[in-house]
Amino acid sequence: MIKAILIFNNHGKPRLIRFYQYFAEDMQQQIIRETFHLVSKRDDNVCNFLEGGSLIGGSDYKLIYRHYATLYFVFCVDSSESELGILDLIQVFVETLDKCFENVCELDLIFHMDKVHYILQEVVMGGMVLETNMNEIVAQVELQNRMEKSEASDQ
Amino acid sequence: MALKIVKGSIDRMFDKNLQDLVRGIRNHKEDEAKYISTCIDEIKQELKQDNIAVKANAVCKLTYLQMLGYDVSWAAFNIVEVMSSSKFTYKRIGYLAASQCFHEGTDVIMLTTNQIRKDLSSPHQYDTGVALTGLSCFVTPDLARDLANDIMTLMSHTKPYIRKKAVLIMYKVFLKYPESLRPAFPRLKEKLEDPDPGVQSAAVNVICELARRNPKNYLSLAPLFFKLMTSSTNNWVLIKIIKLFGALTPLEPRLGKKMIEPLTNLIHSTSAMSLLYECVNTVIAVLISLSSGMPNHSASIQLCVQKLRILIEDSDQNLKYLGLLAMSKILKTHPKSVQSHKDLILQCLDDKDESIRLRALDLLYGMVSKKNLMEIVKKLMLHVDKAEGTTYRDELLTKIIDICSQSNYQYITNFEWYISILVELTRLEGTRHGHLIASQMLDVAIRVKAIRGFAVAQMATLLDNAHLLTGNTQRNGICEVLYAAAWICGEFSEHLEDPMQTLEAMLRPKVATLPGHIQAVYVQNAAKLFATVLRKHEGETDSHAAQETSQLLIDRLPLFVQSANLEVQERASCILQLVKYIQKLQQKKVEVAEEVTALFAGELNPVAPKAQKKVPVPEGLDLDAWINKPPSESESEDEKPKAVFAKEEPKHSRSRHTEVDEKELARRREARKQEQANNPFYIKASPSSQKVYDAPGVEHIPVVQIDLSVPLKVPGMPMSDQYLKLEEERRQKEKAERKKKEKKKKREKRGKERKADSGPESEEDITPAHQVDIVTEEMPENALPSDDDDKDPNDPHKALDIDLDKPLADSEKLPVRTHRPEVLKSPAEDRVNENIPQETKKRSGKETKEKKKGKEKDRKRSKEEKKKKKHKEVEEELLESQPEEAVQSEETKEAATPPTSTSAEEETAPSSAAAVDTSSAAAPESEPDEPKDAEPEDTKSSKHKKKKQKKEKEEKEKKKKKRHHHHHHHHHHHHSDAGGEDSVQNGTVEEEEPLPPMSNYSLLAENSYIKMMKEDADQVYDIQGNHQDESKVVVSVIFENKSDSFLKSMEFNVLDSLNSKLQRPEGAGAHDSLTVPFQLPPGISNEARFVFSVQSIVMPQKLKGTLTFIVKSDESSTHEKLDFKLHFTCTSYLITTPCYSDAYAKLLESGDLKGSSLRLEGINMPFHHLLARICFHHHFSVVERIDSCASMYSRSIQGHHVCLLVKTSDQTVSIDAKCDEPSLLGNVLDEIKQTFSKC
Repeated sequence: MIKAILIFNNHGKPRLIRFYQYFAEDMQQQIIRETFHLVSKRDDNVCNFLEGGSLIGGSDYKLIYRHYATLYFVFCVDSSESELGILDLIQVFVETLDKCFENVCELDLIFHMDKVHYILQEVVMGGMVLETNMNEIVAQVELQNRMEKSEASDQ
Repeated sequence: MALKIVKGSIDRMFDKNLQDLVRGIRNHKEDEAKYISTCIDEIKQELKQDNIAVKANAVCKLTYLQMLGYDVSWAAFNIVEVMSSSKFTYKRIGYLAASQCFHEGTDVIMLTTNQIRKDLSSPHQYDTGVALTGLSCFVTPDLARDLANDIMTLMSHTKPYIRKKAVLIMYKVFLKYPESLRPAFPRLKEKLEDPDPGVQSAAVNVICELARRNPKNYLSLAPLFFKLMTSSTNNWVLIKIIKLFGALTPLEPRLGKKMIEPLTNLIHSTSAMSLLYECVNTVIAVLISLSSGMPNHSASIQLCVQKLRILIEDSDQNLKYLGLLAMSKILKTHPKSVQSHKDLILQCLDDKDESIRLRALDLLYGMVSKKNLMEIVKKLMLHVDKAEGTTYRDELLTKIIDICSQSNYQYITNFEWYISILVELTRLEGTRHGHLIASQMLDVAIRVKAIRGFAVAQMATLLDNAHLLTGNTQRNGICEVLYAAAWICGEFSEHLEDPMQTLEAMLRPKVATLPGHIQAVYVQNAAKLFATVLRKHEGETDSHAAQETSQLLIDRLPLFVQSANLEVQERASCILQLVKYIQKLQQKKVEVAEEVTALFAGELNPVAPKAQKKVPVPEGLDLDAWINKPPSESESEDEKPKAVFAKEEPKHSRSRHTEVDEKELARRREARKQEQANNPFYIKASPSSQKVYDAPGVEHIPVVQIDLSVPLKVPGMPMSDQYLKLEEERRQKEKAERKKKEKKKKREKRGKERKADSGPESEEDITPAHQVDIVTEEMPENALPSDDDDKDPNDPHKALDIDLDKPLADSEKLPVRTHRPEVLKSPAEDRVNENIPQETKKRSGKETKEKKKGKEKDRKRSKEEKKKKKHKEVEEELLESQPEEAVQSEETKEAATPPTSTSAEEETAPSSAAAVDTSSAAAPESEPDEPKDAEPEDTKSSKHKKKKQKKEKEEKEKKKKKRHHHHHHHHHHHHSDAGGEDSVQNGTVEEEEPLPPMSNYSLLAENSYIKMMKEDADQVYDIQGNHQDESKVVVSVIFENKSDSFLKSMEFNVLDSLNSKLQRPEGAGAHDSLTVPFQLPPGISNEARFVFSVQSIVMPQKLKGTLTFIVKSDESSTHEKLDFKLHFTCTSYLITTPCYSDAYAKLLESGDLKGSSLRLEGINMPFHHLLARICFHHHFSVVERIDSCASMYSRSIQGHHVCLLVKTSDQTVSIDAKCDEPSLLGNVLDEIKQTFSKC
């Protein structure tokens, strides 16, 4: 199970947060801060797995993250997920974003948080991996966007 | 209208959208909070408007603000409004917002049920999809219950997009509403073979999550997963399945053996690192599970270790990390294989990556030996000095202690060295682990007697330099070591060179700044030191020194008397008074040392941490029994109906109990005295000498002998050393260490010499210069075997520990809210039908929920109250819950140890098992109007009956499991055979012989291909309670394939008689045969059920029948047939029905019944066996039993009462019987006679 997906930038500003277990808002912010603190002090050439987030999870949980330019993509997962698998999944997610936004950059995430959420919803649902095939994900996202457009033009 | 729309869109033009909000926030970096609060005000205004577009826009902005940490739960209702918009665009915004901020405490969730249901059944797949996605994040137990059926329907949706989402969300539904697991499971299993890979992957995902928590329930799926593993090419699915097998193999080692080969193949063939890694991991799990039985897998271990070494050596840090992680798993069972890679692992300790260093540390734990311990610890100590972060440093510290203390200090050859290490560790500033070091110091000093002298000297130095430990901060965790130091110095003060000096150090004013609990130890141990000092000066002509000591205490203790800490205060004032008194005596030149020393006489021994837990509960002591009678509010209600049983039972048990208690008490008192007399550590009234451990009985202390080749020497610490600074001390320590190294060298030399002398002698064989005893921790006598620590009771997965192989009961159907178009039943029946399934449902729910914590019970109860259940009913249920719990636990025990033959069989017959499962799952759906039993009796007794039957059913199933190989079994509310244990229920039977096994399966027909066994029609039920002219009987037949060929196309047919007819599907002719819903591979048996309608039940019936089937071998296939005769006995029309003795008496008094009697000669079985047989084979229940006389009752499916009075004397059994239908009675008696003539 994936417990949380956090995207924040190099300064710890959240760009997308998705918790699959309830935490109150202030707790969520604390978790983001702690996670940022843990992740940001790590060099880029060290491993992408991290134990010891005290606020989220416990001994069974790991933080698996990737750092792209200005953004950190952090997944908090338990031992039922394959570590390397989740790393691949982050890659799939980012590539999907890249396709949907055409050369995605931090600004896309800043101004279109809702769209990023809709894309993520096609990848992970309720903490479980829904789809790993990028073409399938992109197809579903585009079909939904088209539906939104047709509704807008009806008005 | 048009105007309104125009107005709405104009409004929108002026509204900020999400992008504007984000831009605004970015432009107001200085006063962000202020800007956002004005935005929230705007949003509040927008939410007040009627235009849904405006509302949706506002909600979208709120979602963004939620991410920034703003609580937006106040807008929950508006979110629901947007969710219910008919437009996908807005609906999606609403669901997104809901998924971000709704949770179980959100009360508006209650309002969403119908909206979500509507969306789930929407014709547009994306409406459904969005609803499923949202629901997956905020599903509550109520939503799960109400929507489970709708979601289950979606699992078979035509669009794979919906199917995969529906499958995935089921996991969340199961977690919130565990009752849904069993009804939904067959369909979930079906989805494992869905044509769409996405759906398949989702199903694998869900089952893996379920199986991870309760693997034993999913063992039967192993063959199916095995097939998937060898056929799937999707790495995601493969990884999940391989991980799942890793969880399953510990439960079924044979599965592991099968796994090794395909996994090894995958390891060799795959190019995906993730898959390779998981394969290695699972092979490790397999090897671990096999290691106890079959050690001959060294090739596989070598392969794993070799692959892992490649990973660890890889430049990719991720692979390095994972390699180390997996290596640590091998370490537990195959330490030798890992130890050969020590170089690599030590290398990883120097890695720049902390995660990797931590993993390498884990591995070190298993790599130490007597030889390399010091070397490794030295390396770690260097790391401690270099470490920057406190987390890593603390981790190092705990690892050092772990490594050294593991397996009872197995690898430590020199305890002086270890104490010095501990002392060195106290120099870590700001560590959280002061208490850990302290407990190690205490443990070593107490358990290694030979080291006490050295330890005391070191501790004295520590106490002297206490200011260096406490200097920096008050909350410094390291000051905990002073607790240990003070205690060791006090307790073993006889080893102190200069106790006076230490005493002085312990009474410094600065001590008052230490935490209270440490001060308390200081004060107490100051008194011990005082005693030692007195003794030292005893006999000296000049008593000046002793008096000086007393004066010192009298001067310093008042500081502690004023302490705010009660413990310190109390101890200090006691000791102060004592010392004052002693001072007076000293002035009179009275010798006091002996008496003062006696205050602290006796040795304290270490007690194992779990000792208390392991004290066996003495016989006859029931910790759960009430000491006083429980509150009586429920008694009156509960006891009335059970009059006969209930009155007798308590009388018996109560009298027995008091008797036992008195005897027991006396016995126990005696035993305790005895024990105390033998126990040298029990502090007796008489003062014992200081050297009490020399007393007889000390042999009982288990002692581990450790051979030391180094002579232990207590280096005398000169007085002047006490005031040395920290640096000086360290230098001195280093000197000492150098000295030790020299000693070590010497020892090695000596070892070499010896080796030259006597050949290959290992380190351990060297004759020790000194012997060191490690006193093991004390355990109570007859300690119970270690029980595992209980699982977390709050774990939601506990409720999902459900046996999935058990077929579904009707009562487990998911609640369906939609109206069903059935008008077959009369309203009266409807009412009955509604009540009963609810009851059973509640009960089955309770079974699982009982495992959850009480809170949930409360929640459930309150929900029931919401449903306006009668208060009484709830109470009754609570009363009933206890016996059922017992049954449940029995059942789970049964499930926990699955018969091994079962799994073997299922491995080979997955398809047939699956077929039955699905058919049994489909059954309740296809006939939703199946009759529920309508009882003429009052509700209470019917309830009682149900409970009993349930128990019986479970017992019966257990029996079946034992004798037949786990037949998939479609059971109904009615199981009319009584368990043999019935007689025990009366409470009058105690400790009689165990009952012989009984089977109610009888051979029906057999030929060289197949064997048919018929179960005595045990599932009899009355389809129309009011009409007494037609009843239904279910016959279970087991088909067993005796041949080596495959049997298929089995068709079952009987020639109907006027009275009994086989129920055929609608549209089938009266002579058509029924297809048996499975095929039989060689050696497999399976069970099928056939329903017959019967008109008259007073006579036994015989029906002729034929089974036709095709025998398919490798080349040929032949058509075969088998004739049989189905025998419906009158007994099979009886339903076990409990009857209370008052009702029974009334029935007999009424005079409506006609009598008959039967005598059986030469019965030489115990009476309770006889009763059990009648209960089991003839579906009676015992009403009352007095000595060798019992009254029994049963009822036919058409409501005839059958009463028996069974008496026995000298191998003769007489049965007087009464029934309102003489011919039925006659036949039943004949059948009973037959039963006993057979044995």
